[in-house]
Amino acid sequence: MEYKPLEVTRERASSGTESMRINMGPAHPAMHGVIRIMLTLDGETVTDAEVEIGYLHRAFEKMCEQGNYLQALPYTDRLNYVSPLINNFGYMAAVEKLFGLQCTERTQYIRVILSEISRITDHLTCIGASAMELGSFTAFLYLMKAREFLYELVEDVTGARLTVSYARVGGVKADLPAGCKEKTLKALAEVRKILSECDRLLTRNRIFVDRLEGVGVISKEDALAYGITGPFLRSTGVDYDVRKAQPYFAYDRVDFDVPVGLQGDNYDRYLVRMEEMRQSMRIIEQAFSKMKEGPVQVNPFTGEVIAGAKMVDEAKLGHTSGLLEIKAAVDPTLDGTSKYDQQKIYPSGEKEKRVMLPAKENTYGNIEGLMNHFKLIMIGHGIRPPKGEAYFPVEGGNGELGFYVISDGTDKPYRVRVRPPCLPPMAALANMIQGGTVADIIATFGSVNMIAGELDR
Amino acid sequence: MNLIEAVTNKFPDLVICSHSQHGDQTVIIRKEGLGTLMKFLKYDPQLDFNILMDITAVDYLNYPPSPLTALPHGEKAREGACRFEMVYHLYSLKYNHRLRVKAPVELEAAQIDSLAELWPVADWFEREVWDMFGIRFKGHPNLKRLLMYEEFEGHPLRKDYPYNKRQPIVVSRESSVKASTDDSRPTTDD
Repeated sequence: MEYKPLEVTRERASSGTESMRINMGPAHPAMHGVIRIMLTLDGETVTDAEVEIGYLHRAFEKMCEQGNYLQALPYTDRLNYVSPLINNFGYMAAVEKLFGLQCTERTQYIRVILSEISRITDHLTCIGASAMELGSFTAFLYLMKAREFLYELVEDVTGARLTVSYARVGGVKADLPAGCKEKTLKALAEVRKILSECDRLLTRNRIFVDRLEGVGVISKEDALAYGITGPFLRSTGVDYDVRKAQPYFAYDRVDFDVPVGLQGDNYDRYLVRMEEMRQSMRIIEQAFSKMKEGPVQVNPFTGEVIAGAKMVDEAKLGHTSGLLEIKAAVDPTLDGTSKYDQQKIYPSGEKEKRVMLPAKENTYGNIEGLMNHFKLIMIGHGIRPPKGEAYFPVEGGNGELGFYVISDGTDKPYRVRVRPPCLPPMAALANMIQGGTVADIIATFGSVNMIAGELDR
Repeated sequence: MNLIEAVTNKFPDLVICSHSQHGDQTVIIRKEGLGTLMKFLKYDPQLDFNILMDITAVDYLNYPPSPLTALPHGEKAREGACRFEMVYHLYSLKYNHRLRVKAPVELEAAQIDSLAELWPVADWFEREVWDMFGIRFKGHPNLKRLLMYEEFEGHPLRKDYPYNKRQPIVVSRESSVKASTDDSRPTTDD
């Protein structure tokens, strides 16, 4: 079917009135510039809709196959760019599953804390943006202020607000900075204050409720058939949450409730997200009180904890015995030696290699650290999970975020597949907006919390 | 519950092999029986896989040593080397269990049954697989590209599609025919 953009076509509808075919997006402000909905309207009523995506496709899965395992990590930041840390941890958990590895206790709590902070920022953005699209600009500004407190925490820990790249195979980049607990609790108190303000501003606001209640209804059966997960599914009354159903990291050691809705309309989705933020704050506080001091990195091949000092010495074990036999085949693009030559260097000694990146002080300060770094970063060296495949689901801001990674035994992932949590609701969107009015599209689309980075990848 | 056993007992001829590496229970089946198997998995009260989590495909063009022995777990080798493999992830809400179903698909006549009637979400997932791998789905209501644009040539996630190849974002139909002959080799000068 061909669509002529910017051209309104008219045809006679069965009711005798003229139906109108019109484009909504990608330039429509509520479509975030990345979604096009082709609507057939009978007056204000939507009689048919077709959703077109792909405007932000950046070949995530293809690019992951080009570099090594750690080089795919920065790409995951750009999937769901409102909660990049969850993507980071999800991808690393999948790679760790390939290694058959359990990260340290402290790492697990750090991952839980940062995942929940990210979940709050995700929900704040969703509620704030959809409230703004419905005319409540005040609430948007309040919620962005709350998000700012949390982004400051993220910046404190990872050094970046969005492009965090904080996870590593077998751990995280670095431990939490000093005073992180106090700062976090203080920020959470501020967020609580703002949330209760917005709660008073929105939850019983006649205009806001009228726009959301009974709009964009989806039944439990439809939601399941469409593979919808996360707050969207929970709003229909299904209590599926990956954190509860198949606990990962330290989620089995913290206490939290899974809020569910009753009708599956936009208002329920708003309420579920509001409550989930409160639950996330509960989780963060518990995780801080249960977390103990300890190492944050382990060796994926042995599962042993790596102490910083030991890591430097072990770098000398770089297993280079066969190196002299190798004909140097360095190509001009610095792609390193060929795979075949690499296999001769590491006939069976792969277990000797370390996979954690050394601390930057070591990389720049001594030859062992530099060698270690080189071995992990250069193409043709790198970390090598054993052959196999693994799927690891985590609860993202929008639902089940699954990473399916296939290793062929080399340093590059053979295939990285993301199960994008907001694709199923977008697939169901066309059905949900049919029969409603044009104005309802804004409310329903806002409640999907479409993040184009993960939708189009 | 051992899902692999349940599936193998029900469809002994269909299952090529199975494994549960890293705890992910997986069955690899002949693609002819995909529709039958999926219907069984969805409606059988003992299995009750009501959520289709994901559909994707893998191109095994470069997998060393060959797709024949691609299975990393040392179980019985697969017969017939196939270029692609469809991968389905299923989840049962009631029993909280997961199953991965894989089906090899050859390059010639790259086609497999569509699941869009069983799970409506398969509509978009299958469109994405068609877009990225060029595998067709029999019985799909609207098989067109999902992420790329209609004029795009080739299927980018295939291993023989160069990752740095460029195509004009918008081309007219006539010039695209001409350009395809020039663009067949990878361009690196960007």
